[in-house]
Amino acid sequence: MAVSETKTAAPPSGLAEFWFYFSRNRGAVLGLVIFLVILCLAIAAPVVAPHSPTEQNRAVLLLPPAFAAGGQLTYLLGTDPVGRDILSRLIYGARFSLFIGLVVVSLSVVSGVLVGLIAGYFRGRIDTAIMRVMDIVLAFPSLLLALVLVAVLGPGLLNAMIAISLVNLPHFVRLTRASVMTERTKDYVIGSQVAGAGTMRLMFLTILPNCLAPLIVQATLAFSAAILDAAALGFLGMGAQPPTPEWGTMLAEAREFIQRAWWVVTFPGLAILITVLAINLMGDGLRDALDPKLKRS
Amino acid sequence: MREAALGNSGMNGETSDKALGAPVLEGRDLARYYAISRGPFKPTATVRALNGVSFSLHSGRTLAVVGESGCGKSTLARLVTMIEDPTAGELLIDGKPARVGDRSLRSLVQIVFQNPYGSLNPRQKVGTILDEPLRINTKDDAATRRAKVEEMMQKVGLRPEHYDRYPHMFSGGQRQRIAIARALMLRPKVLVLDEPVSALDLSIQAQVLNLLMDLQKEMGLAYLFISHGLSVVRHIADDIMVMYLGRPVETGTSEAVFSDPQHPYTAALLSATPVANPQGRRQRIALQGELPSPLKPPSGCPFNPRCWRATDQCREIMPALAGDAAQQFACYHPLGEKAPSPPSA
Repeated sequence: MAVSETKTAAPPSGLAEFWFYFSRNRGAVLGLVIFLVILCLAIAAPVVAPHSPTEQNRAVLLLPPAFAAGGQLTYLLGTDPVGRDILSRLIYGARFSLFIGLVVVSLSVVSGVLVGLIAGYFRGRIDTAIMRVMDIVLAFPSLLLALVLVAVLGPGLLNAMIAISLVNLPHFVRLTRASVMTERTKDYVIGSQVAGAGTMRLMFLTILPNCLAPLIVQATLAFSAAILDAAALGFLGMGAQPPTPEWGTMLAEAREFIQRAWWVVTFPGLAILITVLAINLMGDGLRDALDPKLKRS
Repeated sequence: MREAALGNSGMNGETSDKALGAPVLEGRDLARYYAISRGPFKPTATVRALNGVSFSLHSGRTLAVVGESGCGKSTLARLVTMIEDPTAGELLIDGKPARVGDRSLRSLVQIVFQNPYGSLNPRQKVGTILDEPLRINTKDDAATRRAKVEEMMQKVGLRPEHYDRYPHMFSGGQRQRIAIARALMLRPKVLVLDEPVSALDLSIQAQVLNLLMDLQKEMGLAYLFISHGLSVVRHIADDIMVMYLGRPVETGTSEAVFSDPQHPYTAALLSATPVANPQGRRQRIALQGELPSPLKPPSGCPFNPRCWRATDQCREIMPALAGDAAQQFACYHPLGEKAPSPPSA
């Protein structure tokens, strides 16, 4: 074709384009790097961790971290009250935290978006019914409701995740419904309708992609909030049960030693903080990269 | 392209129907009422957004629907594009009665919206936007669709490299070209133009109007041109329907209506249209008051509270459309007669 001569560069593929815009946000890249490091550590935990997370060494109870006075190099971040290596427990704990975040976010995003889309698209009675149920869920303090649900379902990590998903659900439903309602009446939707698009195509292909930006941000926030909530449930003894090396459970176990051994609470707390911060930064960049209105031509 | 000499108003013309063949779009006493809630303890009220509109539209011709905001223009567009069913009356597309959900007639009527910034999906590339109607309605493979899209892009004056760009990268005029291209992808017979140029710069308006007129000639399209500005209408329309509060008050060929308006409302609209001629001072008719609420339309002629010629007769009984094939009007005191002169501004 003669056109090929004038063609200077092929249009970038979707992924390359995404990366171009994502990488302009330094914070987002930093968040992504930290998240990937945590992810790798979680996956390679058996290889990376210097000790077993449940192995108790009675000789070194509450050993300070290696860089503090009285620390040992074999226990880099010190040991907990029953002589388990904190670093190893943190590395294994990353597995639980990421797993919790992933499951909770997937569960609440998928169901929340679906319900919100139905409510916002069809309106009327179905909308009223859905939103009143969501209002009832929202009327409870979220942690309290999660506690009640866990109490009903029985303590444990899986039930805690289900409870947190349910508590998170109304936020996604409301957010989706609000976006869908504003998009629903826009001309491009009516244009698609006039062109013959069916209900499914309008809902999922025309409207939903235009509602994604706030949902992505909310999903990343929910990811970190889920980690926090799971930690809180663990702290209250309703989440992961000992000896599971879950970060919140670790915090709970170390509560009584705050005065004597700062490292037993500081490191799990820092782990939660860094993970949550990294994910939030990443979510911000993700939104910028996914919103075509912020792109330059 | 203006064939006013044929004398077709399309409103009642048996004779003109024979000259032009069957109308591609016909409305018979179309009405659309909306029930609105006025609060929890009151009965719902009825808004008569459209109240008995009849028209017919032939291939290759343009019917302009003119009126101020709230007169039912956009409701008419929603009925004609089969987004909503009429409450009463009948809509015939290509001679067949149209209902929402009837997919066979869907592709025959397409629409171009006023605001090109809201009518294109911001998440789809131009190629995808134009491809969507084909993907939904035809069984063409990707290569055929791409060829059709590029042919249409060329037709509306877009370059092939625009295929992979997003709508926000274009100016208003170019976006309107994209919107026109999308509406034409299915080769419709009728195009509803809902104020297609009023959101554009004056220089761009002319370009888009010329493009529309070229396309009409080339593809034999019928246009239902909705507008509140008469200067644009004069440029493009064959026939005109002036609407007030959900009813046509005057219809006729563009030539007849512009040269000799009969209804006082038409005259007022015409006098409000700016003319680029500093010498030609005209008397401006200043209308008093606001458009009455369609919730509580005045009795008799809907225009009577603002009309300077209104009599008791006007306040009691609604006048019917009357006149010849070229021009019809719903008024007891048309401007042809000797009558009190309008208040000047």
